[in-house]
Amino acid sequence: MFATKSVADDLAGAAPIKGRSLWADARARFLRNRAAVAGLIVLLLVAAFALIGPFIAPWNNEDIDWNVLGNVAQGGRPSLETGHWFGTDALGRDLFARTVQGTQISLLVGIVGALISVIVGTLYGAIAGYFGGRIDNVMMRIVDVLMSIPYMFVLILLLVVFGRSLLMLFIGIGLISWLDMARIARGQTLTLKGKAYIEAAVATGVRPFTIILRHIIPNLLGVVIVYATLLVPSMIIYESFISFLGLGVQEPLTSWGALINDGASEMNNGTLWMLGWPLFFFVITLFGFFFVGDGLRDALDPKDR
Amino acid sequence: MIFYIIKRLLVAIPVLLILIVSTFILMYAAPGSPFATERGIPPAVLANLQAQYGLDQPFHIQIWRYVVGVVTEFDFGPSFIYRDQDVNDLIGQGFPVTLTYGFWSFLVAVIVGGSLGILAALRHNTWLDYLAVGISIGAQVLPNFVLAPILVLTFTLWLGWLPGGGWQGGQWQFVILPVIALSTSFMASIARISRASMLEVLTSNYIRTARAKGLPMRRVIFRHALKPALLPVISYLGPAFVGMITGSVVIDIYFSTGGIGQFFVASALNRDYGVMMGITILLGALTIFFNLLVDVLYAWIDPKIRY
Repeated sequence: MFATKSVADDLAGAAPIKGRSLWADARARFLRNRAAVAGLIVLLLVAAFALIGPFIAPWNNEDIDWNVLGNVAQGGRPSLETGHWFGTDALGRDLFARTVQGTQISLLVGIVGALISVIVGTLYGAIAGYFGGRIDNVMMRIVDVLMSIPYMFVLILLLVVFGRSLLMLFIGIGLISWLDMARIARGQTLTLKGKAYIEAAVATGVRPFTIILRHIIPNLLGVVIVYATLLVPSMIIYESFISFLGLGVQEPLTSWGALINDGASEMNNGTLWMLGWPLFFFVITLFGFFFVGDGLRDALDPKDR
Repeated sequence: MIFYIIKRLLVAIPVLLILIVSTFILMYAAPGSPFATERGIPPAVLANLQAQYGLDQPFHIQIWRYVVGVVTEFDFGPSFIYRDQDVNDLIGQGFPVTLTYGFWSFLVAVIVGGSLGILAALRHNTWLDYLAVGISIGAQVLPNFVLAPILVLTFTLWLGWLPGGGWQGGQWQFVILPVIALSTSFMASIARISRASMLEVLTSNYIRTARAKGLPMRRVIFRHALKPALLPVISYLGPAFVGMITGSVVIDIYFSTGGIGQFFVASALNRDYGVMMGITILLGALTIFFNLLVDVLYAWIDPKIRY
């Protein structure tokens, strides 16, 4: 009795031990991964380029430099003197300003697409997985069916029918993107469903939707974040694909895909910077997202450790 | 097995019908008319045109005619822009081209990707492994529309080895670049998947048993390891097929190969709804059929699947 008391006193006197949360652990693991940190830095730089670029660009993205027009191969070269740091495009518009704008649009599409997929896909998958049985069967069948359709064609159809606007692009890409996420969320939910704390929640009479929102979804977050990071580049690829075909955002708006297409069609004239700059940003951003995604997976996904 | 196939077919047919009906409804709801021109046409002429294409009929008759035409005679109706050709003519022109380079791309992706992945797993942590991993990471950021300009830049403009576009009846020089551009990213994915699954299989108990009882390595690999290691690859074939069909549009546009992708984009820009619908439905049907084939193949190979 005496001894117990002194231990208790000791404990009370000692400095409180700082707990390590799951997230703090994950952050430490992530920061130890060099490729992932490098990817993150690249992404931050690209984001800074997109955000700050408009304020430092000497030219507007819509203005045509008439001195250059007609002689783009010589006068439109990247140079510090003319203020066209990345050169101009075939119409004499400043490529720096256009790349900044393309980066904004591409990143926006990627992030919005991933967000839609996170919200819709996670909810859908969690509901299917939690209720199980016939509901699960029907819901996942629908996903299977939607996945077996060549989506890009339907998306282009939507864009043509309802007009090519940024909003339509978001809707169309959002329609595709949640399918994979739903599958992943469902699989995770199936393993969570048997856990004791869910059982406890059911036993105390919590309603199913509250259980899903309060207990299932927070526990899905790790996997969802990992997958969402990997979804952003695939959304960017989708959008660039459509823009490459000239069916995406409309002029004067632009995106990486449209810029790459413009550059590629001018390749024969020796104006390689038109292809090079957008391609460079496209490639480093995708690399960044893939490495960050991999790093997050190593940090958050308990399966692969 | 027969029952399984029939069951899957019974699912595939309604999916196809839904695809046909929903694309039709989408097109029907579309604003604007394919005949609308800047100058506007006299009402009488417009009425005549609409009567000729059956567009003056009520909705249910139009859709019935279309569905029956597609299902019974593979007749996708007329093109509204190419007045003297119907959709079937355009598909007939473009499809063999798409099929040719699509077939080769698929073959290259599966064979090169699969063997690269398996070799990498067998030579785990050697230069071959690192090379395979490096290629598959690099190819992730090089989708077809990025790779195509790079290839043309390198092999056409700088080296001058291969033509940067055209088809010429499918002579081999004209096929190589499209095939590389289309197949590379899928090859990389297949290499990654087969490497991962082969590594997993090689550490499993039954492989250890097979080696412990003294079977030669060659036999262990071909008899025991290969089949389970290829299962994930097979389930990736469906998405890969969809991806390639989609990618063929870029190939057609960039290399001017004259496949159906070219017609699809042209019709999308011209609002030629008939052609868009026809191509979407045709490719949708192909995809659904191919997925069915993959599922059956999977069920046939994987003993764990009960059907």
